[in-house]
Amino acid sequence: MDNEVKKETQDIELIIGQILRIGVIIAAAVIVLGLALLLITGQSGYPAGVHPSKPGAILQGVIAFKPYAVLMLGLFLLILTPVLRVVVSIYAFIKEKDHLYAWITTIVLVILVIAMVIGYLG
Amino acid sequence: MLSQALLLIGVGLMAGILGALLGLGGGIIITPVLTLMMGLPIQYAIAASIIAVIATSSGATIAYLKDEMLNLRVAMFLEIATTVGAVLGAVLTGLIDGQFLYFLFGALLLFSVYNMIRKMLMKPENIKAPTPDPAAEKLKLNGAYFDKAQGKEVNYQVTNVPGGFAMMFGAGLASGLLGIGSGAFKVLAMDTIMKMPLKPSTATSNLMMGVTAAASATVYFFNGSLRPEIAAPLAVGILVGATLGTRLMQIMPTKVLRLIFIPVIGYMGLQMLLKGFGVSI
Repeated sequence: MDNEVKKETQDIELIIGQILRIGVIIAAAVIVLGLALLLITGQSGYPAGVHPSKPGAILQGVIAFKPYAVLMLGLFLLILTPVLRVVVSIYAFIKEKDHLYAWITTIVLVILVIAMVIGYLG
Repeated sequence: MLSQALLLIGVGLMAGILGALLGLGGGIIITPVLTLMMGLPIQYAIAASIIAVIATSSGATIAYLKDEMLNLRVAMFLEIATTVGAVLGAVLTGLIDGQFLYFLFGALLLFSVYNMIRKMLMKPENIKAPTPDPAAEKLKLNGAYFDKAQGKEVNYQVTNVPGGFAMMFGAGLASGLLGIGSGAFKVLAMDTIMKMPLKPSTATSNLMMGVTAAASATVYFFNGSLRPEIAAPLAVGILVGATLGTRLMQIMPTKVLRLIFIPVIGYMGLQMLLKGFGVSI
């Protein structure tokens, strides 16, 4: 592997790694907060067997500090971490002037977003 | 409620370690625990398993990026195949006979196990060096990683790029159609077909499986199958476990890693093959 590619790769991996770490820490912190609320209060904030699964309901629950809503927010942030990773990769490849991989990664992002929209509607 | 949360954190810890080590999603541990031990309906178990895949992927990737274990370009290039496969698989659900696919993919895993054992028993001088692939050169796929077990940097070439791409498409299709094998087929595509060393193969699989799982996760998240009281403690355990697993994998000799990988893949293959015959274990 030639040294130029290697140096470029190291820089790209460093950027992606740092931002992904921040994303994961935020998601984990929200989940831990939700778990702590759930275990301390002993209440989910919702009737038995019910949890919020639509954006509006989750948001309202988070504002009211309901444990299940906070947990769902944390889980949603966790689901977004791979997306974050792809987005940051595009930025990193552009920054290192690796246009081929900036394109490849953009294609991946487009397919991923389409798949997620299908998932949301489905 | 506390004891259930602690149990799930513990299960997550184990699944995270194994998943980060082998580049697998951890569904092999999580699904049976949730369905058999806790009596959870299967759709809740699958939803929790998908979150587990993402937690393993993102948790392990932070460490593998920092330590340069994984091959980012291989991941990005092959993710085109896995994501297209996954979308197509999700669209085709119901049109293709699931039982036949279980049979097919199960047989493929068992065949890979046979190949790996045969290769392990071969004398090193009889193993052919991979032929350089011009496509790998053009796509800058060849890489290097530092092996802590050997105490040296290992340079490697990637070969049979089209074969690996096709296998990754199959891996995406399988996860879209059946929700299985998020990691196993990816590791095999890189390790067996593209002749990447096992360590970067499992690390790269860890990176890739999060993207494939993110799309499925949105389905389960918004249709209400994702139970927060199950998935949340599981995710916390996995994030910790995956971090431990990445440490363990790097100091572990490749041979030991493969000795863990082979029976796990063999078990998965057998399970799928039997499902293909209509038997669940």
